[in-house]
Amino acid sequence: MVSQTDLYTLAGALLFVIGLYGIITRPHLLHKILALNISSAGVFFVLVGIARRVPGPTPDPLPHAMVLTGIVVTVSSTAFALALAKRIYTDTGVAVLDASDIEAEERTGG
Amino acid sequence: MGDWVTQQLPALLILVPFTAAPFAYLLGAGYDRQTALLSAALTQPLAAFLALTVVQEGPVRYAIGGWGGPLGIELAADGFSATMVLVTSVVGLLVTVYGLRYFGDLERYRFFWPLWLFLWGSLNALFLSADIFNLYVCLELVSMSAVALVGLTLRREALVAAMRYMLAAILGSLFYLLGVALFYGAFGSVDMATLRETVRPDVAGQAGLALMTAGLVLKTALFPLHFWLPPAHSNAASPVSAVLSALVVKGSFFILVRLWIDVAQPEAFPGASVVLGVLGSSAIVWGSVQALRQERLKMLVAYSTVAQIGYLFLLFPLASGGGQAASDAWVGGIFHAVSHALAKSAMFLAAGIVLARFGHDRLEGLGGLSRRAPVTAMAFGLAGVTMMGLPPSGGFIAKWQLIKASIGSGQWWWAVVVVAGGLLAAAYMFRVVGPFFAREAEDLDDSDLDPGPSPVTMDGAALALALGALVLGVAGQPLIDLIMVGAPALVAGVTP
Repeated sequence: MVSQTDLYTLAGALLFVIGLYGIITRPHLLHKILALNISSAGVFFVLVGIARRVPGPTPDPLPHAMVLTGIVVTVSSTAFALALAKRIYTDTGVAVLDASDIEAEERTGG
Repeated sequence: MGDWVTQQLPALLILVPFTAAPFAYLLGAGYDRQTALLSAALTQPLAAFLALTVVQEGPVRYAIGGWGGPLGIELAADGFSATMVLVTSVVGLLVTVYGLRYFGDLERYRFFWPLWLFLWGSLNALFLSADIFNLYVCLELVSMSAVALVGLTLRREALVAAMRYMLAAILGSLFYLLGVALFYGAFGSVDMATLRETVRPDVAGQAGLALMTAGLVLKTALFPLHFWLPPAHSNAASPVSAVLSALVVKGSFFILVRLWIDVAQPEAFPGASVVLGVLGSSAIVWGSVQALRQERLKMLVAYSTVAQIGYLFLLFPLASGGGQAASDAWVGGIFHAVSHALAKSAMFLAAGIVLARFGHDRLEGLGGLSRRAPVTAMAFGLAGVTMMGLPPSGGFIAKWQLIKASIGSGQWWWAVVVVAGGLLAAAYMFRVVGPFFAREAEDLDDSDLDPGPSPVTMDGAALALALGALVLGVAGQPLIDLIMVGAPALVAGVTP
């Protein structure tokens, strides 16, 4: 029997891997940043599920506090990453890490 | 007063730089440098005081605001923590002094001071953390300030390097946090002292440790995940490069050591420590070969960091068996982290003087440097002695301990790697230092910029760091004593 925690953990892991795939394969910086956010949502999912590990109706509050902290960290780092990406776009005209990625970018129509 | 300071030491080491940082930003031009210098001048003695307290009275534990675990945040300092805080404070103070002149009152560099103070405070917080979730927060604080510092010059290459660094750093943190989640789910705590008793090598334990390790290895830039380091470290402004190579990569390494040697018992996870050792060995060879092929001084020094990080990871297989060999490995690994921090920051600071004075750092154009910038060339050369591991230097003591541990634990092949790495380091160091001191070389002609002589405070900071790495070679015993205070059972030298 799959418990609620297991289900959340699996779903979270899946989200994490989807994000990871995006970070590695998508050349556009905006895509990479969004993919990072998907991955962090996956991690938060796992943490929220873990809060149910204690018996009884009240979940463990500590993982929730961790998720809150994690959200604060993710929001700030995303804002910073976006600012950096925008600056790179303004300076170079493209939002990629590698000039050779531009062709790949055009091929995928991103 | 003295008692109060002693009691509050761990908190003060974090509070002083964190308080100074916003002031450095708000006070702005003219006062930001003074604020940073004041903070550095306070933090350095506090760090020395902490080291002294730890040596005399043993490990320190501190509950922030009187709120202990499991809900409050606790700080802890054993010999390893105090060592890292101390080396951070020495490198930090000298980089601050160097930076006063290097950045001057240029408007576009004014963000250096608040960001650098945030980085310093975050590093102290990381080294003093007692739980693995607080370590996650500190890792992110360190990464964010480090990334911003890389992009400080706003040059195109620096911005792209910062972005690459940032993506790697956030991804590493996410892997780490996922591991923390699994650990909490399985063992019900994030406090390292509690986890030490409860961690089991079951599925959740192994998966959690594997995820945390993967994230930290990426953040430490261990081969083959080092791709982000050379561009970030070589394109940053030189004081920033110094801090990144000397201290920031050691932050994630510190957590790896805590997890593997202190919290989890390596023998419970067989094979993993050998994998880390093999990756470390590959890093030594790959990083050195790449350093040999570089055309620019700062790129060469950055690849040398990739190689030197490799030695740190020999600690894991060498310590896994316990006993005297593990104790030697513990001292060797941490000693290497310290002497590399001093020598590598000296090198980057020297490279910064070269760049500032001559406008380039192409190796082919730097022959005869010792005539135009004698102290700068000397600082670089002396730092090279530690990098090669020649006696008398901190690098020699570190490598000697690692070789002793290899023989003592019957794993002689790691000793071969250590010796080979020393020879490779000699090859790339002589490629640089040879021409610096070549009598007939006249590469630096009058067409090069030269607002020389090199500023005394900048030369002095680089030389002091290089000399510090040498002094460790002749007077390293107090540091060894400090490193052994409260050392984890595995490496405490007690035969199990």
